[in-house]
Amino acid sequence: MSPVLVVEGLCKGFTLHLQGGVSFPVLRGESLALMPGECVALAGPSGAGKSTLLRCVAGNYGAGAGRILIRHRGAMRDLAAADARLVREIRTETLGHVSQFLRVIPRVPALDIVAAPLLARGAGRAEARARAAALLARLNLPERLHHLPPATFSGGEQQRVNLARGFVAPNAVLLLDEPTASLDAANRAVVAALIREAKAAGTAILGIFHDSELRDRVADRLHAVDPLEPAA
Amino acid sequence: MSPLLEAEGLTLRFGALRALDGVSLALWPGEVVAVVGESGSGKSSLLRALSGLARPEAGRVLYRDAAGAACDVHALSEAERRRIARSDWGHVHQNPRDGLRMGVSAGANIGERLMAAGARHYGGIRAAAAEWMARVELDPARIDDLPRHFSGGMQQRLQIARCLVTRPRLVFMDEPTGGLDVSVQARLLDLIRALVEELGLAVLLVTHDIAAARLLAHRIVVMRQGRIVEEGLADRVLDDPQHPYTQLLVASVLAA
Repeated sequence: MSPVLVVEGLCKGFTLHLQGGVSFPVLRGESLALMPGECVALAGPSGAGKSTLLRCVAGNYGAGAGRILIRHRGAMRDLAAADARLVREIRTETLGHVSQFLRVIPRVPALDIVAAPLLARGAGRAEARARAAALLARLNLPERLHHLPPATFSGGEQQRVNLARGFVAPNAVLLLDEPTASLDAANRAVVAALIREAKAAGTAILGIFHDSELRDRVADRLHAVDPLEPAA
Repeated sequence: MSPLLEAEGLTLRFGALRALDGVSLALWPGEVVAVVGESGSGKSSLLRALSGLARPEAGRVLYRDAAGAACDVHALSEAERRRIARSDWGHVHQNPRDGLRMGVSAGANIGERLMAAGARHYGGIRAAAAEWMARVELDPARIDDLPRHFSGGMQQRLQIARCLVTRPRLVFMDEPTGGLDVSVQARLLDLIRALVEELGLAVLLVTHDIAAARLLAHRIVVMRQGRIVEEGLADRVLDDPQHPYTQLLVASVLAA
């Protein structure tokens, strides 16, 4: 079996032009590989660059150097060098990302936010909504909330909407940034089950889990992200 | 697949001012591209040059029609350009008065575009006008009212209905929410977002509203002093801006 995601020599830093052009590196030469069905937890202290690594793989941050290869439509494509259209295509078909916070869209109900990835893959509206509703129900989001925009939801409710959106359509690679930060025990158990089912279906998962109990339940191994020594 | 619209090396000067300084840009089918920048950055000039309204001094704009045939927008005769603008393109102006005929009814404003595209059956045209009024959340019972009796937000929605009724492949939008109250803006943006997604439209959106660009666009192009200083995936340009000017734009947005 060959990996679905290979990160090679990834470097990422930020230059703040408004702060006098100060530059600071965050990642230097990160490398890792994920096999289908494998769950790797990023480990390291706060500020080490775990979220930055995840965001680079998601395409949300541009890579400074290195390659991020992902198996898409049968070929390994380099996300670090992909143009905007290819990144969108990979996000639609291959790569899921559950960010830490749901970005709410005015007036769009929770159900439609969750159904969107299915619609983007060509599912019919009725089927997409039915699957979205079933998943939201499994995550214990009351049905009366399905038809409301999540702007007024609690943190935990928004996170469950975000999780449902990430798990509703199968992905070859799924990125999870603190998926259970504001969930109670019952919902953490649902998330653990969703992760195990996705793994069984072949999804490779790269995640940040501060919840060590969840991490021990789902992660096959850890990948350490170490803070860089400040340049002398 | 090929780009719908492809511009290369567009240059346009007003006296000593360079409105466009060697701008190249491609827009693909189904893609929403937002051009952002401050007043005077050249973004409106770019929209005018791309849609054939302003002739650049250098560079060219290619448009590919549904059959895949490419034409040079600035080599077309005025009649040919108008024909494409009628059949394939839509234009949403910042001021609805520039896109509507204020002296005829709401229904006629929508129906007129259909008739220009060849529709002749009166009942069918009126039914389509009523249907489109409902789609843009206007009360179809007001089909015979004049646009001047509508609020600014309603006029803007009517303009969008008039623009989309003929199912254009490419829509140019120039600050579509400019001049509207914030509450009205949000509704209009959401309506545009839903329609664009549903119809699979390609859109070139000129705006100084970063939040609108994030909501609507797949890709963002940042312009300054007639040049593109940065472009890319919408969320990446906004979350990981590289150019000092983009960082300034992003940092200047107040988070609500």
